[in-house]
Amino acid sequence: MIEAVGLTKRYGDKTAVYNLSFQVRPGAVTGFLGPNGSGKSTTMRMILGLDNPSAGQVTIGGYPYRKLPNAPRQVGALLDAKAVHGGRSARNHLLSLAQLSGIPARRVDEVLGVVGLHDVARRRSKGFSLGMGQRLGIAAALLGDPQVLLFDEPVNGLDPEGILWVRNLMKSLAAEGRTVFVSSHLMSEMALTADHLIVIGRGQLLADMSVTDFISANSADFARVRTPDSEPQQREKLSAAITEAGGHVLPEQDGALRVTGLPLPRISDIAHDSDVRLWELSPHQASLEEAYMRMTQGAVDYRSTIDQKAGLQQPLPPGMQPPMPVPGQGQPGWYAPPPPQQGGQPFPAPAPQGAPVQAPAGPYGAPGAPGAAPGAPAPNPYAQSAPQAPQGPAPAAPSAAAPPSAPAADLTKPEDAR
Amino acid sequence: MTATQVVRSEWTKIRSVASTVWTLSLAVVVTIALGMLISALSRNEFDSLSAQDRAAFDPTFISFAGMSLGQLAMIVFGVLVVSNEYSTGMIRASLAAVPQRGTFLFSKLAVATALALVVSMATSFATFFLGQAMLGEHKASIGDDGVLRAVIGGGLYMTLIALFSMGVAAMLRSPMLSLGILMPFFFLISNILGNVDATKKVGRFLPDQAGSKIMQVVQPPDDDTPYGPWGGLGIMALWVAAALVGGYVLLKRRDAQ
Repeated sequence: MIEAVGLTKRYGDKTAVYNLSFQVRPGAVTGFLGPNGSGKSTTMRMILGLDNPSAGQVTIGGYPYRKLPNAPRQVGALLDAKAVHGGRSARNHLLSLAQLSGIPARRVDEVLGVVGLHDVARRRSKGFSLGMGQRLGIAAALLGDPQVLLFDEPVNGLDPEGILWVRNLMKSLAAEGRTVFVSSHLMSEMALTADHLIVIGRGQLLADMSVTDFISANSADFARVRTPDSEPQQREKLSAAITEAGGHVLPEQDGALRVTGLPLPRISDIAHDSDVRLWELSPHQASLEEAYMRMTQGAVDYRSTIDQKAGLQQPLPPGMQPPMPVPGQGQPGWYAPPPPQQGGQPFPAPAPQGAPVQAPAGPYGAPGAPGAAPGAPAPNPYAQSAPQAPQGPAPAAPSAAAPPSAPAADLTKPEDAR
Repeated sequence: MTATQVVRSEWTKIRSVASTVWTLSLAVVVTIALGMLISALSRNEFDSLSAQDRAAFDPTFISFAGMSLGQLAMIVFGVLVVSNEYSTGMIRASLAAVPQRGTFLFSKLAVATALALVVSMATSFATFFLGQAMLGEHKASIGDDGVLRAVIGGGLYMTLIALFSMGVAAMLRSPMLSLGILMPFFFLISNILGNVDATKKVGRFLPDQAGSKIMQVVQPPDDDTPYGPWGGLGIMALWVAAALVGGYVLLKRRDAQ
């Protein structure tokens, strides 16, 4: 059990973590999410007693880490897989860590086998790939057979087999009643691995709930409704009828409708009553990624922008249309429709979902051309201090395919120079 | 958490990196080779010396001439032993495993110092005997007054230099910064301060100037140094203690970066 109370860390005038309180319970995998620079690594280092909190405290089993009796046998951590002397062999690296905690050398060979590094155990870790380094780091965390495990980005650089292995490892460790605390940027991975989520942004707690609760609280599940393409008036008719019945309709780029606020059978009934044929009526559940993006969009420190390529592009010949932006780029609040409880206002312009770029958009689906502000993004109830995402051509909401660019001065990352 | 566990772990660490072997063997080779070379040159020069210089001729001290360069390798050894932890990030794993940072630091220092002591003593005796062999008829004998003290002192001197570097590296953390300060200081600045008349009175209280007094057997006639051989080594030990205390206090209070 890890317990943080009012945890705060300041570096000079930059506050990396502010007033963070949470509990990580045994017997479950707890995911630790947040944008780059949100304070995840700083929090992990404070848990391990490497950094002293500016205020508040964090305890493991009731003790601050530095007072924990026989700490390395109780807590294992993977903080930075590259934190290895490159000239030392994998086995010697683990052996020196094992000897620190009085763990017999036999155990070193055991964990080397567990992580699959037996064959390279006596090779210098300098030549290790990212994935091998990650396995070495995991081996170090497992050395003491600890009850509490912390992993910072454990699947970075692992191959699919390795990712599956880590996922099953986390789950089995949790199933044995251990406390497992994992940070990751890979939402799909978290959705599969974690039972519980702690989300922070700008060093503050955004959410502390189970994965299923998190998804349903931060995203609107919706129904996709498609009427026959040949009869646009049917779509108008159905939109009006659904709105009248209390649902919310959001046109999609390819002509389908996104309906929230009404159960599927009710939509079918309304269509039947208004004498509209349906080609599609499908439920759509938002992914963890969408829910996460929605929650943290106000708390992203390092946001990628559209590449303007100023001065690098030939002027367009007269009569040529500028290329359409890819949906999602440059439009904050694109990921999912606003949650139902905030749905009173008219919907912001389109929320195209994975539709291919098509030249002329339909009457509903004018894609957010640069400069066209897509309405007010849904306010994030948690991030009061977050400035409104700037509108216009520059900002692009981060997507899974294009994560925010590397932080310029990430204060949560250890740097000797600092 | 017992100190013996940390000591065993530190021994594994220190013997499993190549830099240990390289820096220490460089210190041995440079000290002995340069000592022999200068001893051989001094023997040839002896006949052309003035009577005053002959009176101040100190065969023991001459055979230790290589230490001025050999100590630089010792500095590199001391700096790398400590700052490797920081430059690789291993310090986080180490301190996570040993939350008692004092135990961690002093166990590390104990292992590295013990190793440095063994190597330094061997170097000191080797460079003395080989240097005397080069000096021929002008040589000193180990049984002469003060010579054994000088030879043992030479070993202690090199050990203390290494330990001082470890303390500085524990304060500065970065290997480049530590070496960038220590190397020019011991190679140039200290020598300049110790030889320029205006700064001589201050310069001779610097760690290497004070410490090297222990290797002198024959007092130069115009010598007005206010401390003796052991006093000089004591001054050096105070410098070392200050560096170690500084390193300990900073490690204790600072975030482990």
